[in-house]
Amino acid sequence: LAPWIPVVGLEIHAQISSNSKLFSGSQVQFAAPPNSLVSFFDASLPGTLPVLNRRCVEAAVMTGLALNCSINKKSLFDRKHYFYADLPAGYQITQQRVPIAVNGRLSYGLCTGNKMSQMVTKTVRIKQIQLEQDSGKSLHDDTRSQTLVDLNRAGVGLMEVVMEPDMCCGEEAAAAVRELQLILQTLGSSQAVMAEGQLRVDANVSVHHPGEPYGVRTEVKNINSIRFLAKAVDYEIQRQIEELENGGTILNETRAFDSKLGCTVPMRDKEGKQDYRFMPEPNLPPLILYDAKSLPANTNHQQVINIDWIHERLPDLPSVKREKLVEQYGILPEHSFTLLNEDGLAEFFESVVKQTQMKPKKVIGWILNDLLSYLKQHSLAVKESPVSSSLLADLLNLLEKKEISSTAAKRVLAELWKGEGKTPLEIVKEQKLELLQDQKELEQICQAVIDGQENEVIMMVLG
Amino acid sequence: AALKQGLRSQVSAALKEGRVTPTELCQRCLALIRSTKFLNAYITVAEETALKQAEESEERYKRGQPLGILDGIPIAVKDNFNTTGIETTCASNMLKGYISPYNATVVQKLLDRGAVLLGKTNLDEFAMGSGSTDGVFGPVRNPWSYSKQYKEKCVPESHSENEESNWVITGGSSGGSAAAVSSFTCFAALGSDTGGSTRNPAAHCGVVGLKPTYGLISRHGLIPLVNSMDVPGILTRCVDDAAVLLGSLAGHDPKDSTTIQDDFKPFELPNLTDVSKLSIGIPKEYHAPGLSSEILTLWSKAADLFRNAGAKVVEVSLPHTRYSIVCYHVLCTAEVASNMARFDGLEYGHRSDMKDSTESMYAATRREGFNDVVRGRILSGNYFLLKQNYEKYFVKAQKVRRLIANDFVKVFRSGVDILLTPTTLSDAALYTEFIQEDNRTRSAQDDVLTQAANMAGLPAINVPTALSERGLPVGLQFIGRSFQEKQLLTVAKWFEKQVQFPVIQLEEVKRHDSGVFQHQKSASFS
Repeated sequence: LAPWIPVVGLEIHAQISSNSKLFSGSQVQFAAPPNSLVSFFDASLPGTLPVLNRRCVEAAVMTGLALNCSINKKSLFDRKHYFYADLPAGYQITQQRVPIAVNGRLSYGLCTGNKMSQMVTKTVRIKQIQLEQDSGKSLHDDTRSQTLVDLNRAGVGLMEVVMEPDMCCGEEAAAAVRELQLILQTLGSSQAVMAEGQLRVDANVSVHHPGEPYGVRTEVKNINSIRFLAKAVDYEIQRQIEELENGGTILNETRAFDSKLGCTVPMRDKEGKQDYRFMPEPNLPPLILYDAKSLPANTNHQQVINIDWIHERLPDLPSVKREKLVEQYGILPEHSFTLLNEDGLAEFFESVVKQTQMKPKKVIGWILNDLLSYLKQHSLAVKESPVSSSLLADLLNLLEKKEISSTAAKRVLAELWKGEGKTPLEIVKEQKLELLQDQKELEQICQAVIDGQENEVIMMVLG
Repeated sequence: AALKQGLRSQVSAALKEGRVTPTELCQRCLALIRSTKFLNAYITVAEETALKQAEESEERYKRGQPLGILDGIPIAVKDNFNTTGIETTCASNMLKGYISPYNATVVQKLLDRGAVLLGKTNLDEFAMGSGSTDGVFGPVRNPWSYSKQYKEKCVPESHSENEESNWVITGGSSGGSAAAVSSFTCFAALGSDTGGSTRNPAAHCGVVGLKPTYGLISRHGLIPLVNSMDVPGILTRCVDDAAVLLGSLAGHDPKDSTTIQDDFKPFELPNLTDVSKLSIGIPKEYHAPGLSSEILTLWSKAADLFRNAGAKVVEVSLPHTRYSIVCYHVLCTAEVASNMARFDGLEYGHRSDMKDSTESMYAATRREGFNDVVRGRILSGNYFLLKQNYEKYFVKAQKVRRLIANDFVKVFRSGVDILLTPTTLSDAALYTEFIQEDNRTRSAQDDVLTQAANMAGLPAINVPTALSERGLPVGLQFIGRSFQEKQLLTVAKWFEKQVQFPVIQLEEVKRHDSGVFQHQKSASFS
């Protein structure tokens, strides 16, 4: 059987973290009462006009720069038409002809090898980033034959990030999305929490034999977590392979991921293909961005965006942060990945390192093995940890000064988890876990043990 | 009586001096509206709020603190502008009963200056049409149909028959606004102009109709027909008044991203006496098929007028004029299809009782809410926007639009200051004749002289010039350079002074007149 090459591309919609919407002044807020954050424009009241939100443009520029894109100094807005209950105007304002950023790349890390201890760096090309409006939400109430429409989300700014089909499996897709998520959160351009719908991923999947052209692709939607993304992609790859090997064909269709069944199912078919009748948005002039060179003299700083100014103020991206951690603390690259992967963990680690004499290379073990596994077991975030960085540092100091053994330290830690407010020293004293350094005392204890076990000792001596 | 200051300024002076109060003025206008109801110029008369505004204005005058020239002045607004708390229908079933929750920027500006909003005027449904005959509230009748001047010229028949079948249209689509100003029920009115919708009815109703440069006046709150061509239009009885309105309305609006950022300085129109430095262009393509010989003669006489006064008058060419109607048709219908997509019955406006599915509800709502004209344009527009047609039609039309605009650029660059053209092909048609042809045909015919200015975004103005043989108004159009309204209006004012267009002689107005609506003795032009 000839080998199959799976090809995976992604379309990611990230909700922009901003106070107000992309083209109107209504507030952006998760889980507000239905239809409480809807301006006249959002409701498509006749005569209202879009006004571009500066913060949203800055977010897109930041993201474009972080993903190594070319920022288009002139980009355009278009209308994409279709009728749906959650789209009040009957069209979405998007950037179809000329988006704000193009031709970037994202590097992400994969753990490979037996024991998953080797890091490999992969790259995926970013085709483009475009600004567009989010739609509202509609809920179908079949029992009452009605559709409930909530427009709170209608008009919220989105960045659509299109990743070229450079990935080959669920794991790569998941890792790429995870890295994008970290970047967005670091920039602050999106909070990118998938559970709150701030990051939505659609996967484009196809398979083909080496040397042959790409196969027909399907689009997979309704993926609600990174874990499900990997599952959905892998399932779809498998499904396509099986279908083709059984002599079937792949339809160019949209499928939904069913997380309960762990499979993809065809979505309700819309008769024929949609023609979105794209048209330039006549109410928005072209979006012009400047850099230090092209910025005209005497411009009102309020009215223009300077790409270079934004570039200078970009924070350290995750990849840079990881390198710094490895360099500064001598930890392994895979450790740096884990540190950044958990919200607040890197800060916790650094805090502990500051407060203890123990070498960072040893501290990392306690962070990744003990602290992290405990948190995972109890589904706690780092910031919810009952053991603060100072407490852990105190404990590690005791260990470092050889006042306790590492076994004892683990027992103290177990006690500290209870969060009863005791210090490590107090626990050590309570449970008499001190390491005895005194020779005489040790002899006395040993003698006492032997004395208490006379019969066993005699048996041992007799052989 | 001096035409120097304009009627509005005279009224303004009268208000200031207490010779008439805002409430008296308001009441007289409301009474006149009632007695000219047969014109069907108003869809909604906001009697209560208008009187309240008038009272507030009166208070300000008493305190000696009027807000300005417009304080207490009754105005009317075309029913496609949003007005808070007042029904805004666009003369369509789709928006019957729709109460706007906000004011269009232009409406707000007028109210902020103390203007008294009498009501919303009638139009073609969603501003689609050139007759003001295709709205759900019925056609608007041209006040000149009832003028002494027209009746005198009519073939004598039984009196009542005359009235019923002899009336002429106002032109459109801002016919209600034009009729309202023409019949003295208000001192100024807002219209809209996408292909000539302010200038056309202005010409037929014998009033000044100004289309400002695109981007000068905010469109926020104007329910759009073609976003890239629409402008709020100004209808007044004299050019000076148009300048005052323009001064109150123009300027950047942060709510409308297509308005220019530059500061706008309101101006007073100088009294031009010397036109020798002026260069007037006569575009030969505007000698369009169907242009009546009457108007041709008038146009020629006007050119002579300028020439004899020392101006340079040259023939120019705008070679792409003949493509503008087709180009307009493609671009207009495409934008209409897009702009009308929001009318689905879900959030506001008419909603059908059809409940089988969301889609069937949409379809039924739109079929019930829109008239044939609107539906026709939506279908055409969607056709042109289909992927397989987009390049062939929409993009092609955009390119032709650029050529049309460039024609004007070239001509203005060659030293011409202002273009002089006819506004309409003939005087106002009888309603019974007008409706013999469908809306699309009529629009295509009637827009020919006005619509290129919308393509190019240029300012243009209709100045009432003379009465036709039928005793009906005929106007001529001046087209100016972008954002050069001051020059345009200055020339228009000079021309207005030369032609001394006669005042309409309406029975109803005579009855209500008590000196405020002054009659001028003016030599007729023709």
